[in-house]
Amino acid sequence: MKMRSPVVAAVTIAVGLIVLLGYFLPSLLVQNLRALLINWGVSLAGVAALIGILNLLAVHWRKANDKGNRNFYSLLLLLAFSVTFAAGMWLTPADPGFQHVITSIQIPVETSLMALLAITLGYAGLRLLQRRKGIMGILFVIGAIVFILFSSGFLPVLQQLPLVGGVASLVNRLPVAGARGILLGVAIGSMMTGLRIFLGADRPYNG
Amino acid sequence: MSDIEYIFNLGFLLIGALALLFFSVSKRARAGGRLRSMEAFQKLRRAIGLSVEEGKRLHVSLGNNSILGPNNASALVGLSTLERVAQISLIGDRPPVATSGDGSLAILSQDALQAAYRSNNALEQYDPDRGRQAGVTPFSYLAGIIPILPTEQVSTNLLVGYYGPEIALFCEAAERQGAFTLAASESLAAQAALYATAHEPLIGEELFAIPAYLQAGPVHQASLRSQDVLRWLVVFLLVAGAILKLAESVLGAPLL
Repeated sequence: MKMRSPVVAAVTIAVGLIVLLGYFLPSLLVQNLRALLINWGVSLAGVAALIGILNLLAVHWRKANDKGNRNFYSLLLLLAFSVTFAAGMWLTPADPGFQHVITSIQIPVETSLMALLAITLGYAGLRLLQRRKGIMGILFVIGAIVFILFSSGFLPVLQQLPLVGGVASLVNRLPVAGARGILLGVAIGSMMTGLRIFLGADRPYNG
Repeated sequence: MSDIEYIFNLGFLLIGALALLFFSVSKRARAGGRLRSMEAFQKLRRAIGLSVEEGKRLHVSLGNNSILGPNNASALVGLSTLERVAQISLIGDRPPVATSGDGSLAILSQDALQAAYRSNNALEQYDPDRGRQAGVTPFSYLAGIIPILPTEQVSTNLLVGYYGPEIALFCEAAERQGAFTLAASESLAAQAALYATAHEPLIGEELFAIPAYLQAGPVHQASLRSQDVLRWLVVFLLVAGAILKLAESVLGAPLL
């Protein structure tokens, strides 16, 4: 088994340290160094996006040319990409006509998927009690129904009632409290993930 | 940001780092206390085993968010998970496939797969096409991963990354295909959608426990224990803050 290069880990730790110091120290040198490293990162991510698109095209090229199992949709993707790319290069992406054609295709497709998602989630909600027979499943369904009703617009009417108003406001704040609890856990987990990589204990990269 | 917030952030970071170092090196801490049993991970192990036995494929999705974005922690966990899962399932007829919605994540997923092949001394079998970008926007990513289920004979899906609620459509497609899905995301909207549609959804910080439960290394277990320490610290601070606030309103004067 090949050992991972300590040089790559050292570079990662050094870059992480400079970026972190730039967050806490007001020193101009550290701030400039941090900005430079972040700019390099953004440029590299741009190159990576290009590589990602080439990878996407390469995978679909192979699928479209697979004689045993030729994929028609991959062929369609390659064709659509070529036409869009050529038109974008010829007219430039800022051209209003080009933008109009692209959005006229993309928006209806994505809207249809959103509509499909609404039906899928509704159906999944109905099936949930079948799938999760515990107390959590029941609470989830009750919570979903209650907060759909609350967000449907009659909460302000309820809030004007003398005793019900206070209870309605309290119930309406429950999802915020729950979301904060989940987000706190996620934030701590994110910080520990960052620390693992920063300390070189976890390396989600080769080298 | 005020000075007190800077000090608080720095202190929290230092406590986290010290706890991680302590739990990583302390033999007593490493030996003591097993991870609590979670049904989701038992089912995942079973599903991975069945995939290998039946010659089916495992799909690891790393989400559609950029690695440079603020919500990239789940993708980093996904990469650690991918490497570990690939190590376990490389012996099967169909090696795992990893998809992402970002170019840099696609490159890192290829890297993780390559590392898994290398550690199994099977680098000659490595195929870079197994780590791929499936789309560039949330919906195009979704459109890119759904066809993988039937065409690549996927029987187990591991979704670890940042998604929107649209990921529910993929879970439904997997359900129709008869494929097992374990899903975790740091997005609240995705967590709600996954709770209703995935076989085994992980909620909140459970996402960060995946590598530890897959035995990716002692440092992941140490990280989990450090998370617990920090969580208790946050609980203490929240309760103390609430008591102080209450006391202030009762006394009518600021206490700090």
